Amino acid sequence: MPKDEYQSRDFKVVGTRPIRPDGIDKVTGKARYGADITAPGMLWGAILRSPHAHARIRGIDTSKARAIKGVKAVITRDDFTYQPEDSDMADILDNCMAGETARYDGHAVAAVAATSKSIARAALAAIEVDYEVLPHVTDVDEAMKPGAPVIESGRQQENVPKGYSENVTGRSQYGHGDPEEGFKQADLVIKRSFKTAATHQGYIEPHACLATLGSDGQGDLWVCTQGHYMVRNVCAGVLGLDAGQLRVTASEIGGGFGGKTHVWMEPTALMLARKSGKPVKLMMSRDEVFRATGPTASSSVDVKIGMTKDGKITGAAATYRLQAGAYPGGIAFLSAMCGFAPYDLENVRTEGFEVMTNRPKAAAYRAPGAPMGAYPVESVIDELCQKLDLDPLDARLKNAAREGTKSSYGPTYPAIGLEATLKAAQSHPHWTAPLGPNQGRGVACGFWFNFGGDTCVSLMVNPDGTVSLSEGNPDIGGSRASMSMMAAEELGVPLDQVRTIIADTASLGQNEVTDGSRVTFAVGLATIKAARHAVEIMKERAAMTWGIDPEAVDWRDGAAHPAGPNAGKFPPMTIKEIAAIASNTGGPIAGHHEVNAEGAGVSFATHMVDTEVDPETGAVKVLRYTVFQDAGKAVHPDYVEGQFQGGAAQGIGWAINEEYIYGDDGRLQNAGFLDYRIPVASDLPMIEPVILEIPNPGHPYGVRGVGETSIVPPLAAIANSVSRAAGVRLTSLPMSPPKVLAALKAE
Amino acid sequence: MSRIHVTTTINNDETDYLCETDETLLDVLRDHLDLTGSKEGCGSGDCGACTVVVDGRLVCSCLMLAAEAEGRTIETIEGMAGGDALHPLQQKFLEHAALQCGICTPGILVAAKNLLERNPNPSEEEVRYWLAGNLCRCTGYDKIIRAVMDTAANTRGAA
Ligand code: FES
Ligand code: FES
Repeated sequence: MPKDEYQSRDFKVVGTRPIRPDGIDKVTGKARYGADITAPGMLWGAILRSPHAHARIRGIDTSKARAIKGVKAVITRDDFTYQPEDSDMADILDNCMAGETARYDGHAVAAVAATSKSIARAALAAIEVDYEVLPHVTDVDEAMKPGAPVIESGRQQENVPKGYSENVTGRSQYGHGDPEEGFKQADLVIKRSFKTAATHQGYIEPHACLATLGSDGQGDLWVCTQGHYMVRNVCAGVLGLDAGQLRVTASEIGGGFGGKTHVWMEPTALMLARKSGKPVKLMMSRDEVFRATGPTASSSVDVKIGMTKDGKITGAAATYRLQAGAYPGGIAFLSAMCGFAPYDLENVRTEGFEVMTNRPKAAAYRAPGAPMGAYPVESVIDELCQKLDLDPLDARLKNAAREGTKSSYGPTYPAIGLEATLKAAQSHPHWTAPLGPNQGRGVACGFWFNFGGDTCVSLMVNPDGTVSLSEGNPDIGGSRASMSMMAAEELGVPLDQVRTIIADTASLGQNEVTDGSRVTFAVGLATIKAARHAVEIMKERAAMTWGIDPEAVDWRDGAAHPAGPNAGKFPPMTIKEIAAIASNTGGPIAGHHEVNAEGAGVSFATHMVDTEVDPETGAVKVLRYTVFQDAGKAVHPDYVEGQFQGGAAQGIGWAINEEYIYGDDGRLQNAGFLDYRIPVASDLPMIEPVILEIPNPGHPYGVRGVGETSIVPPLAAIANSVSRAAGVRLTSLPMSPPKVLAALKAE
Repeated sequence: MSRIHVTTTINNDETDYLCETDETLLDVLRDHLDLTGSKEGCGSGDCGACTVVVDGRLVCSCLMLAAEAEGRTIETIEGMAGGDALHPLQQKFLEHAALQCGICTPGILVAAKNLLERNPNPSEEEVRYWLAGNLCRCTGYDKIIRAVMDTAANTRGAA
């Protein structure tokens, strides 16, 4: 159990809305993202990708490519002579560069480095690959059937029951009680099946990096990633390098949403750099991003819920089948954990199946697994409410998990904010606003675990009394601002006295990737502790100067004060004064903190949305959207609101438009923003964020992560809204116009 | 490979460059001139991250050949601020926290400036449709739209 860190206090800086420190660079075009940097003598890299969903690679002839003037390196899997022992590393290597088999449309099979982009393109065209096309499977339900084409044999775990294809690699189970008994107590039981399409994170910045690697094993990598320590560790593991010899610097990052918590091509860039002896810049095109980097899983789900007339859920069960793509892994277990997590249930059982298919390796996408965990559950709860004539917020409140509830996935909750979000939704004017014809209002709840993890922070007090803070997590949406604010709060100095930077991997200890909504929580916690460490040192220096006991020194408002009866009367010493004489009182002053942060504090949200369905075309228009979410404590409310709004917008895309479309040939048919349509400005209304603050006991200021939960409720909230507007229950995402029209016609 | 010599004006500076026949204006801005504020999000005209102004009109620089820039006047995000004075839109984007990752921001700022030059009093709907060619995956557009509307209101108030 993590210790209780939270102390109530009056904030001076935390909770305000200052302009972010990296703002000017980003509005003037100066900020350097992954593709924005060059090196002397740099080459351009490019990757050749399989056009087949599944094919044996009989041979690759690179001789014509090598003969082109300006081509400095051509590599295939044969050049990766180090074979990682660890199976995860081996899978990542195989995904970066196919071995014997191309497992999906877009799988890398060769790469080149050349003196210009056009020469690199010509070299790719000159590489001849001899493929033997194999049968493929891209649908999750088809892939589970015995007799389906097997992507890789021998990867099935023992917990998978008999009767499934080897593509089913894992099965997980959660819950307690006996749902069958629960269904007997219900007045109404509904069982339905649902499908969701694979969707891509859709960050606007394609993957890009700049690599150097010498024959001595020393290398440098500049890369857009959510975790440069992870990139370092994986590249070292895949290539057989010493992690300490590889320095990775995180560029500014143009969105990630989980998709940049993985390694897709960086080992290839390093290998090209080693082979050519030159720096190599490697960038993906948008087509490559869609075809070769992980979308999230598509899902196929059965859910059954029983409810009494007065809204009590008596039994709940769900089976989740999620496609993991071309390698073992998968996130069905997370769907199975999250689906019923908002509710206090006596009888609940879930299971998840991880399924390999001929698709790109599925990747994390904002609360991975939770949206498709919640969508079927929240849809069936809504239908039960409709049929039992219950208010959907009342019914959720009746079953809501609270402090002390044993969750559907195991642990017992500490103080949580679900009830607060539901009550805020009930009393919000949105809930009672009138609706017009063909319009419907939907609500849904969502849960995410949140995460802490390995974190290092270093805080330097400079000779002039200003503060430099080093952290190791790429700043995707304003986290440098939040860290500076927490440091300023703790030290009692003005915000403009603190500057936060993202250190490279050689300058600070290991940091977990920017994932799990962990940064404001975990890096914030380490920042506060590093500041406290520096304060202790500064109190000692003041005590030394005054010739009193350090225990007799207080720290407030950015200065040391003598405190207590025997401290004596000295004027306060400011941080500036202490810093100025640091050299004479023991040397430079710096605080630091290293921790595996626990106590992240689970997160809940309730979303409310109005839609209008056009009965002629089946088109869905989102009219009004309100997000209610617990932030614990909003450090910089603008960026908390931004997370709420951004997650909702992505959820709207997932619900209405976005999907990976595969042809019968197993090729992705819509690998571009024209045909894979993410929401544009004219698709959306304003998205109202309502921040609730139920302090997280695991953080000194009560902070909870907020980044992911906001994508969990929208799928069901919109489906419920559309189903009410259309008068027919929709069970498959996206709810594109043809599907909605077909449902209306069938009615 | 033979190259084409192009003379053009970029952000009020006379500029010339050699480009390959298949290079886009975006390639030249980014790779030859180190004007990396224009971003490549798609290379196919679908995301707007590469938006620049050519002779007063918004253009996806990924769709225009570099050779076509001969004799034209080009404005990019790097020319938007006057020295250290931010353009009012840039200032409002900061105040409204209208960016998260910021990769879409240059293109959106260039497009929004062009809108306000044509229509100083746009409705919310007009702003949304004008910016419909500029994808943002982070913000849900809410704070972007507010920043543009607020800039317009402020500029009208000041005039
Ligand atoms: S890069 Fe030009 S529109 Fe996307
Ligand atoms: S702020 Fe990230 S894409 Fe717009």
